[in-house]
Amino acid sequence: MALQAEEKKRFEQIAKELRLTIIDVMAWSGGAHVGGSLSIVEILTLLYFKYLNIDPKNPKWEDRDRFILSKGHTAAGYIPVLAKRGYFDEELLKSFNHFGSPFAMHPDCNKVIGCDASAGSLGHGLSMAVGLGLGAKQLKKPWKTVCLMGDGECCEGSVWEAAMSAAHFKLDNVIGIVDRNRLMIDGCTEDVMALEPFADKWRAFGWNVIEVNGHDLDELDCALDAAWKAEGKPTLILANTVKGKGVDFMENNVVYHYASGDSALCEKAKASIMRG
Amino acid sequence: MAVITGTNWNAYDASTMTAREIYGRTLAALAEKDERIVGVTADLEKTTAIKFFADKFPERFYNVGIAEQNMMGIAAGLAKAGFIPFASTMAIFACMRAGEQVRTDIAYQNLPVKIIATHAGISFGHAGTTHHCTEDFAIMRAIPNMTVICPADGIETSKAVQACVDLPGPVYVRIGRGFEPPAYADDNYTYEIGKAITMHEGTDLTIITCGIGVLQAVNAAKTLAETDGLSVRVINMHTIKPIDREAIMSAVVDTRRILTVEEHNILGGLGDAVASVIAESGKGCVFKKHGMQDTFATIGYAEDLYSYYQFDANGIVDKVREMMGMEFEPDENWDDE
Repeated sequence: MALQAEEKKRFEQIAKELRLTIIDVMAWSGGAHVGGSLSIVEILTLLYFKYLNIDPKNPKWEDRDRFILSKGHTAAGYIPVLAKRGYFDEELLKSFNHFGSPFAMHPDCNKVIGCDASAGSLGHGLSMAVGLGLGAKQLKKPWKTVCLMGDGECCEGSVWEAAMSAAHFKLDNVIGIVDRNRLMIDGCTEDVMALEPFADKWRAFGWNVIEVNGHDLDELDCALDAAWKAEGKPTLILANTVKGKGVDFMENNVVYHYASGDSALCEKAKASIMRG
Repeated sequence: MAVITGTNWNAYDASTMTAREIYGRTLAALAEKDERIVGVTADLEKTTAIKFFADKFPERFYNVGIAEQNMMGIAAGLAKAGFIPFASTMAIFACMRAGEQVRTDIAYQNLPVKIIATHAGISFGHAGTTHHCTEDFAIMRAIPNMTVICPADGIETSKAVQACVDLPGPVYVRIGRGFEPPAYADDNYTYEIGKAITMHEGTDLTIITCGIGVLQAVNAAKTLAETDGLSVRVINMHTIKPIDREAIMSAVVDTRRILTVEEHNILGGLGDAVASVIAESGKGCVFKKHGMQDTFATIGYAEDLYSYYQFDANGIVDKVREMMGMEFEPDENWDDE
């Protein structure tokens, strides 16, 4: 099931605008995890503008789908999506990281409207997602919990404790997504601590694995659609992405794992995004 | 804050059942009336006795295998879904193996997860030091939003478990293996989180203690009254945080000698919590912390260790006698003298 042309155009436009905002946030905040924020833009766009059943006017709505940004260091990619989806004024993003701001490098669910979990200590999110999944089953509610992890994050043993338990409890209402951008702070994931055979690891832990190009909206759409309809086991979407996606000089460049930007750099980055 | 008066338990129960068993049975009884209660453990349902709840409500109970970090994260998720999760494992794993999940997933998000940690202190002495836990007060006290409780016996465990259900945030309840005799003769007393209980009146010295120290301190006070003619107050400081400042300061003013007794390292625990209150008050007194002297415990059965480390009545009597020989400097500006 591919996206309708018009729908796809709209999502592409949203993704482009989000990338521009991420560059702004990098400037406003004094520095951000820009590479890993740019790599999750398409994933977040489809989740927040198509799949998650949410109501920005009623952010604590009990029957909403939940989203956990387990790779919380990329709040610079996530918080702008919440603003764009209408949870709060985009102007507020200018306060990012500053004294008293609700927004920091890692999201705080007691401060950020629309945020379901404080996360960012890597390896914690999936366990919370399992708890939410069990809770929804207990309540006999249909809502889903989506947990977006980094690939480097999967070095954490707690990820695999959670993975094992999600399959054990047959949590088909939990959807894991791994942003497989292949870079972590100290270099390539396969050099620092090899994750491959990565998809097989998740399969061995009892998950239904769907591997996609994480920037291809059609592929992502099909994967999310399948994950939403899954029965009997949790689904892991292994999204192959490019760190720094959309900004030519940041792509696959580990220097931009975390970066700050002066106005010249930001202009250069935005020009690259606009060129598409 | 909930005030707990009666419980379903009497001294007979408390002397024939471990505190753990009374916890499990109390939880099962509470869960009958409260659908928000769910339970999680990490392969210790029998050991922590949460089994009594699990057997009655299998559909509301999750055993996650030997994975304490995952257990705490799952508890946080269940709390987010609107439940009141009781998470049980041994104290050492609750506060250290899963310490960051407790701090970040539970306390930082201020979720109503109730951690009932068993085998605390040196109560599992013969298991060896890997399974002792004399650091948990220090760790849990330092975590914002966390309430820290150490009941004196099974009856008080039941009261604490009942009281913490409706406390909005996270709670850490520390119990031992629970084969010790009960501190209370019956359940006819009022229990409130944060309000210390005077177990024995006295004017010469005050022992501030918790957990297994309570009964031993009361017995020590009785002995000291008979043999030394001393009037020793015993305070059951069952809530380590928030600590009852009023009870501490009344004891300082009334008795001018304070001995803290805890089955915990003297660094960071009850003694330090009491010391902070006294130091910040500007009042002076003779003060001593009795506990593990910044050392890992040796191996042995709990009762032997309690005796060796002087947590029994005889040991506490000795500590009090040492303190009665200590003088504090006269203070002319002390209004209360």
